[in-house]
Amino acid sequence: MSAETGSQTILHPLSEEPYRPPKARFWGFEYIPAERQLLHSFLSNRLVLVALGMLVLLVICAVFADWIAPVDPLEQALRARLSPPIWEERGLSPYYLGTDRLGRDVLSNIIFGLRVSLLIGFIAVGISMVIGLFLGLTAGYSRGFWESFIMRAVDVQLSLPLIMVALCFMVLFGQGLWKMIIVLAITGWAEYARTVRGTVLSIREKEYVESAYALGFGAWTIMTKYLLINAITPVLILCAVQVPRVIMLEATLSFLGVGVPVTTPSIGLAIARGYQVLFSGSWWASIFPGLALMLLVACINIVADWLRDALEPRSREQV
Amino acid sequence: MGIYLLRRLYQAVLVLLVVSGIVFVVLHISGDPLALLMPQDAPPGDIEEMRRSLGLDQPLIVQYGLFLKNAAQGNLGVSYHHHQSALKLVLERLPASLELVVATIVISLVLAVPIGVLAASRRGSAVDRAALLGSLVGISAPPFWIGIAFILIFCVELQWLPSSGRGTWVHLILPAGSLALYRLALFIRLIRAGMLDVLTMDYVRTARSKGVSEKKVIYKHALKNTLIPFVTIAGMQMGSLLAGAIVTEKVFAWPGMGRLFLEAIGVMDFPVIIAWALVTASIFLTVNLAVDIIYVWLDPRIRHEK
Repeated sequence: MSAETGSQTILHPLSEEPYRPPKARFWGFEYIPAERQLLHSFLSNRLVLVALGMLVLLVICAVFADWIAPVDPLEQALRARLSPPIWEERGLSPYYLGTDRLGRDVLSNIIFGLRVSLLIGFIAVGISMVIGLFLGLTAGYSRGFWESFIMRAVDVQLSLPLIMVALCFMVLFGQGLWKMIIVLAITGWAEYARTVRGTVLSIREKEYVESAYALGFGAWTIMTKYLLINAITPVLILCAVQVPRVIMLEATLSFLGVGVPVTTPSIGLAIARGYQVLFSGSWWASIFPGLALMLLVACINIVADWLRDALEPRSREQV
Repeated sequence: MGIYLLRRLYQAVLVLLVVSGIVFVVLHISGDPLALLMPQDAPPGDIEEMRRSLGLDQPLIVQYGLFLKNAAQGNLGVSYHHHQSALKLVLERLPASLELVVATIVISLVLAVPIGVLAASRRGSAVDRAALLGSLVGISAPPFWIGIAFILIFCVELQWLPSSGRGTWVHLILPAGSLALYRLALFIRLIRAGMLDVLTMDYVRTARSKGVSEKKVIYKHALKNTLIPFVTIAGMQMGSLLAGAIVTEKVFAWPGMGRLFLEAIGVMDFPVIIAWALVTASIFLTVNLAVDIIYVWLDPRIRHEK
């Protein structure tokens, strides 16, 4: 019947009704889940939606910190030292979450600190990803001497606790925002290299890669168009998992006083300053920055977990 | 097995050499400890003599060669600040740090195993969701901040527990508790995921179908097999905890290796910094090796493959 009318309706073998794939709906937006699995798993997961919304909000805050922060984070309002949050009795007007020992606004320090955290997190992960990709591809493609050399370096790097390596390097090089980014980037490359090499080894024997060799493609084409393309998913997942770790590491190093210099607004530094006045009852100077950091890291963790589950169904339910 | 052990040992020595080399070279390029050791108005002659007596006037390669020669004999130099053997200083602080690490691991394991098992056996229930949400909070909270929050609640507000120092087990509760939270969360996730994986296995279905009680299925058949891969991760966490405990040692004024290291950074006490790095790395490597051996011993399949 349908062939006669020329339309494309498909008939279910056991029914006369034309087959209609099930549809899902999100705020009036209709789509077919089977065709858009990634989108569906995203839209049907409320926690991930909330986390991503929150994350976007935090990123906007960090990007537009100059306009959003009520005051300059480094400005020392000496008259408003240790003033409590606005809802408490002695709270002062522009200092919504109170001030620290030198009269610096806690909220402004959080907002600018988020910017530093995100900047360090994403740039450091980006750099270590590029280094790891390059070395992992080289190791997996060329085999022989370079492979054993690179993998030995990976073993050395991974056989030490990350925080110890980062701590030692920061002590050696001294404080600084860019030093921090570089240190975090060079301490993180090994896992990417290992992942990429693993993926490359598992696909380099496949027929379609062999056929590429047979067709006389150059090393560069095979590396990028055949090997690299397959490594993108695992590397993307690794990146998503690494960003919160790097952000946490930055805060830890800054808290210990070997991270970013004191003139940079940073959450770790803000917590360290709040810790100094903890016993005088000024809880807000350390608690609020920590809460903000936790919120940021939790949001990224939720999104990263979802990304891993959605992109790599085999690893679902694993940590 | 013997060859495997030898290879691991060789690799461990290589790692220690690389660590000592990097730390040594960069430390000596990056700063001059004499500026901090001598009074500012010291005559230049005195400074030169001090430099000579510490061996800092030699070329770097000679200094490193000398360092390696001494290190092979267990001598990592004398602390510039405490005028004692740097290795001895670090090792004196080791028990305090180990106490903290062991207490942390015990707390996290004792809590994580039952919670993880419960969450997995009642998947999707309120218990499971609470465990997942709790572990999300746990892995997202910075441990040093948790320590500060604990101090605020239990020391400043409630005044139940001491906020600093070491002595009785009461002093241990807050530092170990705050350090354990992250590991607890991580372990809950791992055990839950492992259990869910194992519970779909054929041998679990066989056990169920032949009428084994659910309790026995979970604790005897499933949990045992979940714990085998878990040992590796728990062991590695133990090694990295030794370095990670630094922040907690700072927050709670815990007299461990980490505090010594932080003090040494402040005064550029090179031998202590190097001794700390080498001791921490050695313990980490030893624990990891031990974990690998235990793993082989626990899982007969691996022995069979070899």
